[in-house]
Amino acid sequence: MTPVLAALPPVTVQHYLLLSALLFAVGLVGVLFRRNILIVLMSLELMISAANLALVAFSRVHGNLQGQVMVFFSIAVAAAEAAVALSLIIALFRTRGGVSVDDAAELKG
Amino acid sequence: MEGLGFYAFGALALVGALLMVTSRNPLHGVLWLVASFLGLAGLFGGLGAHFLAAVQILVYAGAILVLFLFVVMLLNLRPDDLTRMPSFSVRGGVGGLILGAGGFAAVVGAVVLGTAGFDREVSALAPLEAGAAELAVPLFRDALLPFEAVSLLLLAAIVGAVALTKRRLP
Repeated sequence: MTPVLAALPPVTVQHYLLLSALLFAVGLVGVLFRRNILIVLMSLELMISAANLALVAFSRVHGNLQGQVMVFFSIAVAAAEAAVALSLIIALFRTRGGVSVDDAAELKG
Repeated sequence: MEGLGFYAFGALALVGALLMVTSRNPLHGVLWLVASFLGLAGLFGGLGAHFLAAVQILVYAGAILVLFLFVVMLLNLRPDDLTRMPSFSVRGGVGGLILGAGGFAAVVGAVVLGTAGFDREVSALAPLEAGAAELAVPLFRDALLPFEAVSLLLLAAIVGAVALTKRRLP
């Protein structure tokens, strides 16, 4: 166990920022790649969480708590967004009978 | 020990995210996202944000994703609904890969070129432990007005969600 642990590079703040960027990129690919609107919404939540991780890392490196207060508000806004978006999905399902993003293409030019 | 925690929880967050994005069944997607958010909560704890780690589990992995599960079960999608619907969009996927890779490269460049102390080891930084008591002063004194505004936002979201899904009574 110990040699494996010693072989890993020491964790810097960059590691957290790069992981956050990677999670954000995965979420972005999910938003554009998937057609199921539930998965699109979940990818959006993943992108918000990735941004939260970067904010907590910044808070850690600067040694003040403002970044964490920001994350607290971000989680509250994400909760409100999820509630409204899920009720929109239910309304879409009732009128169109499906949860694909193609079911809501009426405004497409 | 801290390094091991980062790699373990980071791998959990990343693998959960990848499996969520590629899962065909939205129910499996929700469960993988729960795993990913548990990993993120562990990372928050590793950065000293203990209160946010608890909030991440309670609010995100608990409340929000249970809401997702409720909706997935409420919609009651049959298996043939999922197979009939094209699951992936090729054009969107190519665009997403280009945008995602570009954004990731931009962050890599910004982090590597403009290191404003980001190359320091986390364990060498000044200790910052943020439990509920430490977070209370900046949250309830310095950010009191935004805090109250968030309560209005949540109320508006509740009213909006009810208004959007209400059936007209005869």
